[in-house]
Amino acid sequence: MSKVRVLAGTRKGAFILTSDGKRADWKVDGPHFAGWEIYHMKGSPANPDRIYASQTSGWFGQVIQRSDDGGATWQPVGNQFSYEGVAGTHQWYDGTPHPWEFKRAWHLEPSLTDPETVYAGVEDAALFRSTDGGKNWQELPGLRKHGSGPQWQPGAGGMCLHTILLDPSDAKRMYIAISAAGAFRTDDGGETWKPINQGLRSEFIPNPTAEVGHCVHHIAMHPSRPSVLFMQKHWDVMRSDNAGDSWTEVSGNLPTDFGFAIDVHAHEPETIYVVPIKSDGEHFPPDGKLRVYRSRSGGNEWEPLTKGLPQENCYVNVLRDAMAVDSLDKCGIYFGTTGGQVYVSADAGDSWKPIVRDLPAVLSVEVQTLP
Amino acid sequence: MEGEVTVEAELPTQRSVLDALEAQYPMLRGTIRDHETKQRRAFLRFFACEEDLSHESIDSPLPSAVSEGREALLVIGAVAGGQDFFDASTL
Repeated sequence: MSKVRVLAGTRKGAFILTSDGKRADWKVDGPHFAGWEIYHMKGSPANPDRIYASQTSGWFGQVIQRSDDGGATWQPVGNQFSYEGVAGTHQWYDGTPHPWEFKRAWHLEPSLTDPETVYAGVEDAALFRSTDGGKNWQELPGLRKHGSGPQWQPGAGGMCLHTILLDPSDAKRMYIAISAAGAFRTDDGGETWKPINQGLRSEFIPNPTAEVGHCVHHIAMHPSRPSVLFMQKHWDVMRSDNAGDSWTEVSGNLPTDFGFAIDVHAHEPETIYVVPIKSDGEHFPPDGKLRVYRSRSGGNEWEPLTKGLPQENCYVNVLRDAMAVDSLDKCGIYFGTTGGQVYVSADAGDSWKPIVRDLPAVLSVEVQTLP
Repeated sequence: MEGEVTVEAELPTQRSVLDALEAQYPMLRGTIRDHETKQRRAFLRFFACEEDLSHESIDSPLPSAVSEGREALLVIGAVAGGQDFFDASTL
């Protein structure tokens, strides 16, 4: 019988939640790396026992951890992220130039085919790759040197590269997103990049439709249709049907189109999920009601999913990397909150229950579907 | 990240002691000082003999009590609590 393994990164450690395919009874293992911020953990699709974790602290900086046994034991690997050549400057919050400085890895994306290869999206924004299981990291400098770098600026969380999507149909193509620069695509394995932000509109930059400067919060893709992308922007939910060349807004009837997380149903490429958050200043659900919204039409028409979720006095946030899906039938949807809950729906969102209620603030959630 | 470690250094300075520590425990590289510039991480402090050595030259000799092994060179997390100025919760 199938199993699922949920990898929850929190502000004070990593937790591994496991269940059988019914997803009714859960075992909670952790904290691993207690006291450290775990921005992200993700398993290799090619070898699910290989898991990478980004462990950071304001005291000690960045550590990358690797497990070869499904998270039972871990070993620290390489943590040297050196920008290639002269790092240069980006815009600071006040618009002045600020030197590029490495702070932490936000997202680790293992290769679809090779467990030894993994990409890291870091702050200040850059993309790194390791081909030896995380021991050594090399920047893919074509992104940062695309030319628009001096115009990138930090979102409130820092200038982070937080989203990495690998195209399963084309090993040379990948998408990344940066707050607040926008989305970029490479078609040549990371050598060269183009901004793919046409159609985005952001009022906090002098030219709201500029080529770069947009605060993209997250992008999701269904593996069967890798040129269709769904984006939760700072404000606005967007979709692209041409690999990001242009975007159209699909916020439709959402109560607010601000938010962080977005994901796609494992078996229905037009079924997508968001968690609307009231505003950039009020990072909690509108009306104190925690509602996931589902669209079965790829956007525009949304339905609230509330069964099992708190519908009063709820003021948590759901961060950008804190939603994931499994590939069981029915598709399981998972998300973690800054209040320390990890919720699961074993019926594609129709009903929810908490796996755990009282973890530290959840920064990221990934799910592995195991045989 | 707690505990006391004894390392050998011919001329004990912050640099040589941390070089020896990192040689013995490679996983500590980058967690106390920058890989390349060797600059102390902002939220760590170096204390010894009840003195703050954080702003001494990394090549200055350590107090004799430390080099003779009677006192420890302490690597201490700043009381600020280990949070960076920006973190995920302030997105």
